[in-house]
Formats: sequence, C-alpha cells, structure tokens
Amino acid sequence: MKIAVAIDGSENAMRAATHAIMLAQHLPDAQLEVIYVQDYSKAKDERLLSQSPESLSLKREQKVHPIVELAREAGVHADSTMLKGNPSQEIIKYVNEQKIDKLVIGSRGLNAFQEMVLGSVSHKVMKHVNCPVTVVK
Amino acid sequence: MHTIKQQWFGNVRADLLAGIVVGLALIPEALAFAFIVGVDPRVALYASFTIAVITAFVGGRPGLISAATGAMALVLVSLMANHGLQYVLAATILTGIIQLILGSLGVANLMRFIPNSVMLGFVNALGIMIFFTQLPYLIGSGVMTYVFAIATLILVYAVPRFFTAIPAPLIAIVVMTTVALLSGVKLQSIGDLGTMPSSLPTFFFPDIPLNLETLKIILPYSLALSIVGLLESLLTSQVLDDMTDTPSNKNREARGQGIANFITGFFGGMAGCALIGQSVINIKSGGRGRLSTFTSGVFLMFLIIVLGDLVVKIPMPVLAGVMVMVSMTTFNWGSFKFLRQAPKSESLVMLITVVIILYTHNLAIGVVIGVVLSALFFVAKISRVTVTSNAGVYKITGPLFFASTTKFIQAFDEVTENQIIIDFENSQLWDESAVGAIFKVIQKLEGKGVNVMIQGLNSTSEQLYEKLL
Repeated sequence: MKIAVAIDGSENAMRAATHAIMLAQHLPDAQLEVIYVQDYSKAKDERLLSQSPESLSLKREQKVHPIVELAREAGVHADSTMLKGNPSQEIIKYVNEQKIDKLVIGSRGLNAFQEMVLGSVSHKVMKHVNCPVTVVK
Repeated sequence: MHTIKQQWFGNVRADLLAGIVVGLALIPEALAFAFIVGVDPRVALYASFTIAVITAFVGGRPGLISAATGAMALVLVSLMANHGLQYVLAATILTGIIQLILGSLGVANLMRFIPNSVMLGFVNALGIMIFFTQLPYLIGSGVMTYVFAIATLILVYAVPRFFTAIPAPLIAIVVMTTVALLSGVKLQSIGDLGTMPSSLPTFFFPDIPLNLETLKIILPYSLALSIVGLLESLLTSQVLDDMTDTPSNKNREARGQGIANFITGFFGGMAGCALIGQSVINIKSGGRGRLSTFTSGVFLMFLIIVLGDLVVKIPMPVLAGVMVMVSMTTFNWGSFKFLRQAPKSESLVMLITVVIILYTHNLAIGVVIGVVLSALFFVAKISRVTVTSNAGVYKITGPLFFASTTKFIQAFDEVTENQIIIDFENSQLWDESAVGAIFKVIQKLEGKGVNVMIQGLNSTSEQLYEKLL
C-alpha cells in the first residue's frame, strides 16, 4: 500500500504528515512517500530570500527531513520526493503515475476570496487524482 | 558540438511555444520601458529584438530571456533628458564593451560577494521606482483613466486563475483596448506619445562627437548600466539554474550580455539585460533551450511589424495598469518577514540599499554601497575575539587579523602570572597584523619579566608565523 503526503513546510502540512504517518502505522506493508513541490512561481522570491543557492536547498531539505524522521521513528518506511513546477499539477501527475493508493494533503483553510486569488491546491488535487484523498485542516 | 545542438534543438516544440508566449509577454513592458526613458517605443522594441536574438547565440544560460528592462531604463532616464537619444545609444555600446571586458575577467565570480540583502534592496527599490514612473499616466487624467487602469489590474490578477496559456497582461490589453475602441472613450494612447517601427532595425553609428567630453558624459552611465545589467542577469541565471536543476556558465552570460548591448547600440536600441519575470514565464511554459530565447525576439518583432497599427491604439491607462502589476511582482513582499527575522545587520543593509537607490535614483550606487556595507558588517561580525584565562593558560577564540588584533593585545594588559601559555587552538592567524600582535604581546610581557609560551597553532597559522617571524 502506497500512501503519499504532500507537504509545503506549513503547520497544516505537518498535521497532514502526522495523520499520514498514523495511517501508515495501522496499515499492513504501508510505505509513505513525502512529496514536496518547489513552486516555479516562487522561484525568484525564494532565491532572493536565501543567502545562497546552497542555503536555499538546505531550507527545502528542512521542510521534508523532519517528516521523514518522524515516520522512521514511528516505524514507518518513508521516502521523500522533490518535484518542481506548479504544485497542484505536479502532485496530481505524480500520484497518478506512481499509482499511489492514498493521498493525504493539508489545507490552508482559505476563505472564498483568498481561494479565488491564490487558488486552492488541495481542492484542485482532490478533483483530479485517481485515489482516495484525505484533506487535513 | 553535441551540446550546442542539444541547447538549440533539444526541445524544439516546447521552445517554440514558450518563445511565442514570452514574445507576447515582452511587448507591454518594452513599450512601458521606452516611455520611462522618454524615447520612442521603437528604441525599446528594437533593443528587445536584438538583445533576445543575440543572447540566444552568445548567452551562457540557455532559456534566459534578455531584452529592454526597467532597471536599465531607470538608469538611462537622466542621460536621455540631458543629452538625448544619440548619447543613450553611445552609452549602450560602451556598456557592451565594459560588460564584455568584465565577463572576460571573470566578473561572475564576484557575484558571491553580493549578499541577498543587497539583491532584495535592489528589487524592492526597482519595484517602487517602476510604480512611481506610472503615476503620471494615472493621476489627474479624469475618471475614465482610473476605471480603465483598475479594470486592467483586476483582469491581470483574475485571468491567470482560469487560463494560463497566454500571458494575462496581453489578454487584459486586448480586452481593454477593444472596450476603449468600441465605447469611444477618449483616453491617451500609445500613438499619442510615439510611433511604431514598421521595419527591421538597421545599422548606423550614433551621431555623437568622438571625444573625451562625450566619454565623460556616457562613462558614468555605462558603468552603472554594466553593474545593474550584470546583477540582474546573473541573479536571473541563478534562478533558472535552480528551476531547471542545470548549471550555467555565468561568465559567458556576462560576456553575452556585453556582446548583445554592444551590437544593440548600433541598431538604435537601448541597453538591456535579463528579465526575471519573462525568464520565469519561459521556463514555466516549457522553454529550456536557446531556441526559446531566439523565438521570443523574432516573434516580438514580427508582431510589432504586423500589428503596429493596432499597438498604437493601446490606451496608456491600460499599459500603466499592467506596469503597476509588474511593479508589484518586482517588489519582494517576503521582505517584511525578512526584516523581522534576519540578523539586524542584514535588515539594515537592505533598508539602506533601498533608501540610497530611491534618494539617488541610481540603482548601481545603491548596490555598490550595499555590498561595501555588508562586507564591513561581515568583518565586524567575524572580528570578535575573546580571550579567557585560567591558571596562566590564555585561550584565544576567534580569528586573528587586522580587524581583531586590538582586542587581542588589550587582553594582555593586566597579566599577573610570571609564566603564561597562549593557546590558539580555537583561533587562526590570517595576516601580518596577527603575527605582529603576537610579537608585540610577547615583547611587552617579557619586558615585564613574564615568560610566554605559545601552543595550539594550526598548521597554516604556524606556517605564517614561521614565515613572518
């Protein structure tokens, strides 16, 4: 059973990750895949806000690493995948291509206006992946 | 040979499509940058065409989009106002020569010394300045101006939510220009301010006297243009390296920028550099190779020649609305969080860079002062040396060099033991001053009858010590 959790380094993503780890603990032969997408739209700002290309890759690793550690401590086999591009598109493509059985994703809890301006990743992903999805608030 | 073929024809379909998208996205800004400098739109459009096409061949970062830019336009404003177009073209040619020389000397390796606080200050000041250049087109021209500008802004922000294949600014411009024409509202249009080119650019020498006086006028501008252009181009190259996970040759990019500006000046175009926004659009649209950059330039020129008569009908408030969006995306909104979280010295460097640029209207001066300041702050930060003593053993922590020796010497002012050991295990000697300081301490203490022993020097420090003493 392949469980994937899509994270972005936020608190909500952390809650989603804890939930995914719990699921993986209770399912036989479960593998956890931690997915992080480097958003192309933020590429410029991320570079400007980090000291160097090296510190930028460290910052990204810091988002994924704690979750993989947490999973391993819980006795769950976990791997991480870094993707690049548009977050919702990349998550959908990955989940469908890799035949993931279950996706867990955090929701930022945007209101209707914010959703119109920013776009909800969890909403889009939920509509287009071929597996059951749990959206964690 | 294989890589050249790969860089050009490894991604043909996606490169052609992305190039077309970028070509579309280049037009509004090229027009607006021309108005910022106060030159005919032709000067910016020719520049965007020649720079994009030339950097496609000679640039160091495949997929990078270079053209006329806001940063370069802002540097040129006062040269244009005081001396006119011919001097702008001459300054562009000289900028090319300077960048080519700097690129050959390996200027890109210096990029490491520009901290991100300075780059943040640069983009923020740039965003603010672009915003202010648009106000004259918006304020005091009647209610309809505001209506059209605001409607354009809403479109450029809302359209990408539903449709991303064509750049939103272009959709907004087409829609709002159509609305303006159909409704018959009287608005200032691009045609009121300048003319569109109807042919390809041609080669000519700028009409300036070739003497020292001319050089004195254009050299400061060319130096500023060189710094600004290289900073933005190398920053954009880094962003694309990160997006595509591929390395690029930054010194070749610097030389490429130089070659492009040098030639562009002779074809009646103003100086340009890499555009962060358009380069990101290119990668997002699937562009990766040199063909995408080449296509963007050619398609831009094609559109202008074919559709020039329609372009002149674009109302200025619509173009200004698009540019307000451009200024908003140029500004780094994460800077407010940066100010709260970054070390105080870095926040200060960013703020000072912004203030200097806004005060002097010169992006290059802000960058240079920002870099110098941050270097000084860095030296101050690492020059901290602490000396702790325990039973006659004086432990030195921190590097010993010209900026830290005073504190080191002072620490031995009040030695009471008659035999001491100075332990350099957690230190490093960097220069003559360090060795000189140790020598001075030993001399002084031995003069007072104190016996001094030195231990714990690492091998490079020891070598330096032996060499100098």
